[in-house]
Amino acid sequence: MNVVDVEKKLLEATVKLIEAAAVWLPEDVEKALLRAYEVEDNPGTRSFLRAMLDNVRVARERRLPICQDTGVVMFHVAVGDRFPFTGLLPSILKRATVEATMRVPLRPNTIDVFTGRNPGDNTGRYMPWIDWDFIEGSDTAEVTVLLKGGGSEVIGRAKNLIPAEGLKGVMKYVIEAVYEAGPQPCPPIVVSVGIGPNVSTAMKLAYKGLLRPIGRRHEVPEVAKFEEELLKAINEIGFGAHGMGGKVTALDVHVDYAPRHPATLSVAVVINCWAARRASMRIYPDGKIEYLTHPHMTKEVA
Amino acid sequence: MAEYNLKTPLSEEDVRKLDIGDIVYVTGTVVTLRDAGHRRALELLARGEKLPVDLKDLVLYHAGPVVKKVDDRWEVVVIGPTTSTRMEVYEYEMIEKTGLRMVIGKGGMGPRTAEACKKYGAVYTIYPGGAAALQASQVKRVVGVHWLDLGIPDAMWILEVENLGPLTVVIDSKGRNLYDEIYREARKRIDTEIYPKLGIK
Repeated sequence: MNVVDVEKKLLEATVKLIEAAAVWLPEDVEKALLRAYEVEDNPGTRSFLRAMLDNVRVARERRLPICQDTGVVMFHVAVGDRFPFTGLLPSILKRATVEATMRVPLRPNTIDVFTGRNPGDNTGRYMPWIDWDFIEGSDTAEVTVLLKGGGSEVIGRAKNLIPAEGLKGVMKYVIEAVYEAGPQPCPPIVVSVGIGPNVSTAMKLAYKGLLRPIGRRHEVPEVAKFEEELLKAINEIGFGAHGMGGKVTALDVHVDYAPRHPATLSVAVVINCWAARRASMRIYPDGKIEYLTHPHMTKEVA
Repeated sequence: MAEYNLKTPLSEEDVRKLDIGDIVYVTGTVVTLRDAGHRRALELLARGEKLPVDLKDLVLYHAGPVVKKVDDRWEVVVIGPTTSTRMEVYEYEMIEKTGLRMVIGKGGMGPRTAEACKKYGAVYTIYPGGAAALQASQVKRVVGVHWLDLGIPDAMWILEVENLGPLTVVIDSKGRNLYDEIYREARKRIDTEIYPKLGIK
């Protein structure tokens, strides 16, 4: 395949990736919602979870956005040092965002902070957002798109704790954030926590945690245990779906960390709504595409 | 907890019987307004002018739909609630001046709205946020649209709906707020059970 053909193919594949994220909830999220429906016994909470699950099905069948807030388009690219098309990706991801806004359609959600102008295509200064990771020894690129809703951003926050507050202080900071958020971020939520030497690294790790599937624990046993404790504590708060009262306030808690500075202990919390929309694809050096979160899509771009 | 199917126009009696936690399905006319729409509506009313549609006994919905135009007809692609707390500053006056009977939104509202609900006979209900495709199937027709100059999400959309729901009553007309109670219980659990167990002070 020549470069022009590859470019065309990757553009179409990325538009489809964004569409998949908007209309098909990843299997791990849907399964977690189903589990929540099974364990709740408050009839009001159950009727809401039922409506949410019905909605997921209707959206999938009719290829409609799951939520009217189709969010901010955020890409994460894990690119190998031997992947041949890295330079094409920024422009492809931007053009795919414009195209997907028309085709899905997505709600135009990017408002220029200083002019108040909405270009109507979900682009703008630095938009769509792209985070990069560099993978040594790999010849593929893994592209993930998150459609991050506005309501669940209401409580995203970071703070420099005093080191003496320790991990208990981190836990308290997260629990208070979830308490204050209450029903606003559309629970059951996904809570992602970053810990590090400053708020920048902590926040970066927190956002990266949203890429991790629900139910997958951190590879470091101490962190995995911390995640489980935090998840249990958050669910004991008792908000339940949309704050109707119930046992499942969070579908999962993801924690990641970098070493702290002797003088600092920074923590960041971000929340995703129950409609935790993400889609990933792997691009091979021959231009072949494999959809990872939505495998049935692979044949559509073969 | 009871379940009701209500039709617009809603009577005062229809909404006075509702308690927090009740589930409601609405059939009839709902009108969408977000922040900008509330502001404009109150400006018009303050000048003694009429709104494009009389909201008396109708349902006000905090929502901004995704729509498309097919020939000269608007269709709702998906629609769902937006966070209502932003409209708290306007809602007392909206209820007082229009006589609307029900507000639909998400995320909860505050004491001024609760006061208006009690005084004038109205309720605040929530629809599960994010269930936008399901809800679009409950919208039968776009009856009309006004104030498109505010942009599509912020315009006033007049919608004919059938069994719109499940809606849960969060503020009833008796002065109770379901979320206040849920928050109070949550605080108590955090302070007396969760923190002591985790050794957090």
